[in-house]
Amino acid sequence: MSEKRHAVAIEVNGVTRTGEVPARLSLVDWLRDELRLTGTHIGCEHGICGACSVMLDGEPVRSCLMFAVQADGHRVTTVEGLANPDGTPSVLQDSFCETHALQCGYCTPGMLIAAQALLDAVPQPTEAQIRDAIGGNLCRCTGYQQIVDAIKHAAARLARKTGSESNFEAL
Amino acid sequence: MTKFDSDPVFRYIGKKRRTKEDPRFVMGRGRFVADVALAGMKHVALLASSHASARIVSIDTAAALALPGVHYVLTGEEFCDACDTLQIGVDAPKVTRYALARGVVRYAGEWVAAVVADTRAIAEDAVELIEAEYEPTPHVVDPEQAVREDSPLVHPAHGSNVILHKRFVWGAVDDAFARAEHTLALRAVWGRSSTVPIETFGVAAQWDAGLEILDVWASIQMPKFPDQLARALRLPGNAVRVHYDVDVGGSYGVKRGLKHTVLVGYLAKRLGMPVRLIEDRLENMRGGDMHGPDRIFDVQVAFDADSTLRALKIRALDDVGAYAGRSPFQLGKPVTAICGPYRIAAIEYEPIAVLTHKTPEEAVRGFGQAPTNFAIERTIDCVARHLGMDPIEVRRRNLIRKEEFPYRIPSGSTYDSGDYHTVLDKALAASGYAALVNQRDSARRAGRLAGIGIATCLEPNGGNSGFEPLLNPKNDTTTWMDSCLVRVDLSGAITGVMGTSSSGQGHETLVSTVIGEVLERDPAGIRVVRADSLQALPSNSPVGSRMAIMLGGAAAGAARKIKETLIEIAAHKLGCTMESVEYSEGDASVRGHPDQRLTWDALIAIAHRKIHEMPPGIEPGLQAKFVWEVPTGGALPAADNTVQIYPCYSFEAHVVYVEIDPDTAAPVLRQYVCGHDCGVMITPDIVHGMTYGGIAHGIGAALYEKFSYNEDGQLMSGSFMDYLLPSAMEVPAITIVDHCTPSPLTTFGQKGSGEAGYLGAPAAIANAINDALGTLDARIDTLPMTHDALWQVIHEARTRKQNP
Repeated sequence: MSEKRHAVAIEVNGVTRTGEVPARLSLVDWLRDELRLTGTHIGCEHGICGACSVMLDGEPVRSCLMFAVQADGHRVTTVEGLANPDGTPSVLQDSFCETHALQCGYCTPGMLIAAQALLDAVPQPTEAQIRDAIGGNLCRCTGYQQIVDAIKHAAARLARKTGSESNFEAL
Repeated sequence: MTKFDSDPVFRYIGKKRRTKEDPRFVMGRGRFVADVALAGMKHVALLASSHASARIVSIDTAAALALPGVHYVLTGEEFCDACDTLQIGVDAPKVTRYALARGVVRYAGEWVAAVVADTRAIAEDAVELIEAEYEPTPHVVDPEQAVREDSPLVHPAHGSNVILHKRFVWGAVDDAFARAEHTLALRAVWGRSSTVPIETFGVAAQWDAGLEILDVWASIQMPKFPDQLARALRLPGNAVRVHYDVDVGGSYGVKRGLKHTVLVGYLAKRLGMPVRLIEDRLENMRGGDMHGPDRIFDVQVAFDADSTLRALKIRALDDVGAYAGRSPFQLGKPVTAICGPYRIAAIEYEPIAVLTHKTPEEAVRGFGQAPTNFAIERTIDCVARHLGMDPIEVRRRNLIRKEEFPYRIPSGSTYDSGDYHTVLDKALAASGYAALVNQRDSARRAGRLAGIGIATCLEPNGGNSGFEPLLNPKNDTTTWMDSCLVRVDLSGAITGVMGTSSSGQGHETLVSTVIGEVLERDPAGIRVVRADSLQALPSNSPVGSRMAIMLGGAAAGAARKIKETLIEIAAHKLGCTMESVEYSEGDASVRGHPDQRLTWDALIAIAHRKIHEMPPGIEPGLQAKFVWEVPTGGALPAADNTVQIYPCYSFEAHVVYVEIDPDTAAPVLRQYVCGHDCGVMITPDIVHGMTYGGIAHGIGAALYEKFSYNEDGQLMSGSFMDYLLPSAMEVPAITIVDHCTPSPLTTFGQKGSGEAGYLGAPAAIANAINDALGTLDARIDTLPMTHDALWQVIHEARTRKQNP
């Protein structure tokens, strides 16, 4: 099938990636199939589960509900872009390991994106704010408790780094 | 702080340690089936039946085939001749089942044709171009109608919609009912829901024509999957190679895409191209054959004025949908804990599995135990309400006492160990029970509906097969072994080899922890890999909360063999007896002579390179396998239908406080405590995580999740906008209180825990809701107790009060 293709240039995890995409190609399919960034997952393809969450210009969005052409000229961060510049896990990623905030790992990239977006906007959130922030991301393994614990733990560790007050104790 | 935390016996078991699996997932480096990229891979999309019951008049595939990028369109006419039917567990050989329908369709969503194309998008375009003509035929979606003789038949060749109907009587049931001071009856209905993993089922397959091997990568959790796949494809077992090193994005029982894999395997071989099928969400919900139990319980109970339970009769009618594999067996597993944690001397159990024109049922977390526990726990609360007694007191009087273990129940299973009263007391204490009662009562005084729910439930674990011969005497399976291979290489590094996939249970952490414990080596340095199905030792997969017991036991057994070999080598080299060798952290010395010592590296060097220093009769190289039989297993049912099914029994006591908005009927869980005893926990973070998750899943089954069908047999909840999974806003903070009663049957005293939480949460929430509704003289015994259903019950109760 010869579909018309459209040129895109999208900054993904700090690097500008270019390509030619059919108009109907979703952003998540482009990330996964063209760039082979398979950390972003597909769960429902109708915008409910949040497994495909990425950041678009710093805001969490559903990459299943967005076409790749719509991201042209924008900045996308996937789970692969959350680590420290030296490739070690970020405080948030490390905190997920500390509290065992995952089991199968399938919703995890989306959870990390939602949590990172929260911490970027509200460095010291309350538990209610944490639950609200991940309320659009479904997890079937954890019952969310150890995820909430991980985000609290990360907030406390980040507060300690910056010398600010936290609502939570680091574990 | 649990008992074992301070227990000096263990070095790594029970300690707070990070898991082996988490780091790769947080970095986005998991390898799920959708991440497997095979060169030249083609993609499948499916045409699904739009009718619940119909004759297929014609399927015109010409336009689809003509679409550029399309390679093949397969229908049941070709496929059903080329493959064999999938196996059915119960004795109903005429109930055949293929991945694609031929001649007739039996549920809306059943697959009718498969398109193979260059991309999934093109395959979906082509599906739209297939013209299928149907002639609708009578259908049945109500299980109580389906059992009647005048019902339309789902499989006319079988002669009935009933594919399993048994009646077991253990003990003097009629006599107990005749003598008891009270009896009551109730109906409890468990709605059709499932585990609904966030990853749908997926499979990729490639036929290697040179080797004549079908390579399979699948999102699978299923016992005997390669064997059944090979059989359906008419291939020898050694021509199918399932790669278990695929991360599975959640399963909790249901990831059993055998029909998907037979279809994709056939296409890959037929076309000579790698082929994959990743279900989209609607294919998963409607045609993925992964719905859970859909069960109507009619319960009668006989008891005395002091609430002593005398006898129980349970009739369970399960709607298994249009086809069946192992799903009817989900009526069989609960036999192993059919009286719950209570002393009930006489039990009658009548399980019935009926076919309807709905999506087929698959194994779901607990394998039928969660619905059964819900029915038993509703019964206990009804007894309490009938007698005007405190439901906690009724439980305390009837729970099996600590000193009574091992305790044999009437259906033949012996419970290994437990301390139910203590776990219940710990849960109540953690809930601040007296204050909680005050909180409930003041909420009621303020005009709110508020209730406290208690459930005390068993988690049978260790996954054995005793229910198979009980429900189908032609099936004489008596073992469900599991195994592990441990290798120590020339560098001294340790590798554990397991032979099944994982879907979040942390098996790599389990195996490395156990091996590290036995060999006294740091688990952080122990690698755990998954053999493919042609290289693997036998496994029956992580079902029935069995891996801590079975894989843990097997890994320990193999590690002990390694340790024994090392000690034998040391004794030979040091010139002493094996008994006088002291093994410590991998080094061996003569007891009392620490200078006469061989290091781990020296022992490994002898084992791998120095046959001249090896004791006679010991194999060089250093590896050991251990295949473990399920403890207490091995026997067929006795003539009186008693059988030991599962070996170990964990226990959970839930205390939940709910308030229901009187105007909107929205329930809010304000407090949740779960007391839990699964023996020795190998990795507490993993056990707690699965328990939290099980409770969340139970909240869904109790309040939100249902595969609803309309009268036409159409699924009305095929998306996440209609089938509601609880989010972090619906799942409250949960307090878990640990207790440890070791199992006497297992390597370290561990029991299983993969189904924890889910086995009691729906029961506890139903009891809490009914405690709240009791103030209106109303009740609800049908799950899920949705806002709408609750609103209806509350509205009717108020209307009754206003117009008595």
